[in-house]
Amino acid sequence: MKIKLSIKPLAIALSLFGATAALADINIGVSVSATGPAAVLGGPEKNTAELLPTSFAGEKINWIILDEATDPTAAAKNMSKLVNENKVDLLIAGSITPTAMAAASAAAESKTPLFALAPNPADGEKLKWTFTPPQHFALMAESILEHMKANNQKTLGFIGYADSYGEDWIKAINAGAAKYGVTLGPTERFQRTDTSVTGQVIKLLAAKPDAIIVVASGAPAAMPHSTLNERGYKGQIYQTHGAISPALLKIGGKNVEGGILVSGPLFIWDQLPDSHPSKKPGGEYAKLYEGKYGAGTLSSFGGHVWDAWTLASKAIPQALKKAKPGTAEFRAALRDAIEGEKNVIGVHGVFNMSPTDHYGHDGRARTLVQVQNGAYKLISK
Amino acid sequence: MDAAVALLLAQDGVTNGAIYALLSLALVLVFAVTRVIYIPQGEFVAYGALSMAAVNAGLLPPTMWLVVTLGLAVAIVDSVAAIREGAKARLPLIIIKNAVLPILAVIVVRYLPLKDLAYPVQVLIALGFVVPLGPQIYRLAFQPVAEASVLLLLIVAVAVHFVMVGMGLYFFGAEGGRIPPFTEGGVTLGPAYVQYQTIWIVGIAALLIAGLALFFEHSIYGKALRATAINRTGARLMGISADLAGKLCFTLSALVGAFSGILIAPITTIYYDTGFLIGLKGFVGAIIGGLASYPLAAAGAVLVGLLESYSSFYASAYKEVIVFTLIIPVLLYQSLTTKHIDDEEDH
Repeated sequence: MKIKLSIKPLAIALSLFGATAALADINIGVSVSATGPAAVLGGPEKNTAELLPTSFAGEKINWIILDEATDPTAAAKNMSKLVNENKVDLLIAGSITPTAMAAASAAAESKTPLFALAPNPADGEKLKWTFTPPQHFALMAESILEHMKANNQKTLGFIGYADSYGEDWIKAINAGAAKYGVTLGPTERFQRTDTSVTGQVIKLLAAKPDAIIVVASGAPAAMPHSTLNERGYKGQIYQTHGAISPALLKIGGKNVEGGILVSGPLFIWDQLPDSHPSKKPGGEYAKLYEGKYGAGTLSSFGGHVWDAWTLASKAIPQALKKAKPGTAEFRAALRDAIEGEKNVIGVHGVFNMSPTDHYGHDGRARTLVQVQNGAYKLISK
Repeated sequence: MDAAVALLLAQDGVTNGAIYALLSLALVLVFAVTRVIYIPQGEFVAYGALSMAAVNAGLLPPTMWLVVTLGLAVAIVDSVAAIREGAKARLPLIIIKNAVLPILAVIVVRYLPLKDLAYPVQVLIALGFVVPLGPQIYRLAFQPVAEASVLLLLIVAVAVHFVMVGMGLYFFGAEGGRIPPFTEGGVTLGPAYVQYQTIWIVGIAALLIAGLALFFEHSIYGKALRATAINRTGARLMGISADLAGKLCFTLSALVGAFSGILIAPITTIYYDTGFLIGLKGFVGAIIGGLASYPLAAAGAVLVGLLESYSSFYASAYKEVIVFTLIIPVLLYQSLTTKHIDDEEDH
């Protein structure tokens, strides 16, 4: 009994000590989908977070990296832990749209700036605290629509994930379709773990669209592409920026030959013209990442964490002038500083933030890439 | 929809249905003998397919150290039990079977030129390092609670499922795997082009089902399993070991699962977590068979495959909803027509 009684105050004292010690440093909370269906995204994001510096601008930086397991509930739990227990000054979270939305709610509630790692429809108070380094779908969709117009393609068939990624792409294409004289349809959906898409593909083939877009990520994007080719589809097949990865080529083989992907500039940084601002930082990041995790491991998604840090590292010195880390004032100052950032060069284009645009991208954040002879070749910008 | 499209969809549905049928049979078997609703059944599909993908690429089977570790654990648990029972004479056999054999297998595989081996040999190696997980999991996770309620066994099964998915990600990575078909190419049958692999799948599934039927009808082990399924206590009184029956049916279900994975991996990409959904669809088939009837379960599973294929054509966004909604009328029908039998009568 005696021992029990004496441990409790000791534990409290220790935790208080821990809390005060942590207050002097900058705490950054990271919550990514390192496991679960979005592990292809979350894995490289976690790996990138582990590469980031542990001291900066004379302050110690504590990285608290958690796994949200592709689950919005787990993401919400992580957020409350990071905000309440770790008292983080900055959040980098949300590998997929649903977890990013969970993070955005927590960010707005606790008034903590957030870098969301997936495009998201945050608005109002949520938008105020949420910045999104990955490209907005509308920006990416426009690139494909432009290419369609230039090649006189008027109808676009759609086969995409039956989740928010697919849904947001439909919205993005519909928003820009009229401007480029493109009609969308039929729209078919599939699941990442489906073993067959024959039914959907037959329906698409019957409608004979000029082009078909596959909206999926990584290796699963290869299945509809392959099935379309095997069933004799002759039109242009497009893929989204979620698809670009070595796995697509490995799984798709000759069946994805000729496919056109919209992509951030990072993945093909070595093919960018020297004038492209992202070539240099992209190369630096790629070398650092592949140096630690092995050649051929580079992924587009890890780059968003890198860009989040680039944006944060520009804002932290300004915020430090106004307040001490660990305080609400510091978090507010950090948010204001990020919102005011102009011409910050990242591995995915150049960021120009404003109160209404928390993505900050322009056309430099996207490229069109074609699969030629089993490799990705830059075809525009 | 014209006849050609209907035929194509039917072909697709039957192919997937054949896999679901195999899994539903394994589920019925495990449930009948051990009362475990075997959620991790689907994981063996992924483990089998991805191990084969690794061996085919010339890599060592990723699960081999897991087999060794679990083998050592089983050896320890069994040895302790044997010593307690005063049956020390059994110790050498226990240790050789569970601990030495897997280690020897690992050593042998290390020195084999995996990439250059014949395809069937690669299949055997992949199966060799996945199937033992079945009895090992039974020994460690289920045998100690074999007499517990169905609900507790279900919860243990769910836990095993999560552990296996997590380890699957660790072993095989998030990117999926694909293997070359048993026979390249295909044949044009009327309006439809049929891949040879499709014929392999349906053919082997039919053979396996026939093989299982023969096994249960004519072999002594098969009869022991059936006896245990019909009446556990009675079977035990007749000298049939419930532990042996459990291990045997978990081995069979692991074999069926892993081999199903190897069958479909040439026509689709398998990810570390693909198995769960495939297993669930097999489960829907098994439910249609009331978790008791093998032919009904197989027929139900083929129905699931067909339903899935046609709904992917008509309403792809609602495909899973349609497939899983099928359970509701089936359960309703079953709960209205069957007399409730108390599962816990053994206690």
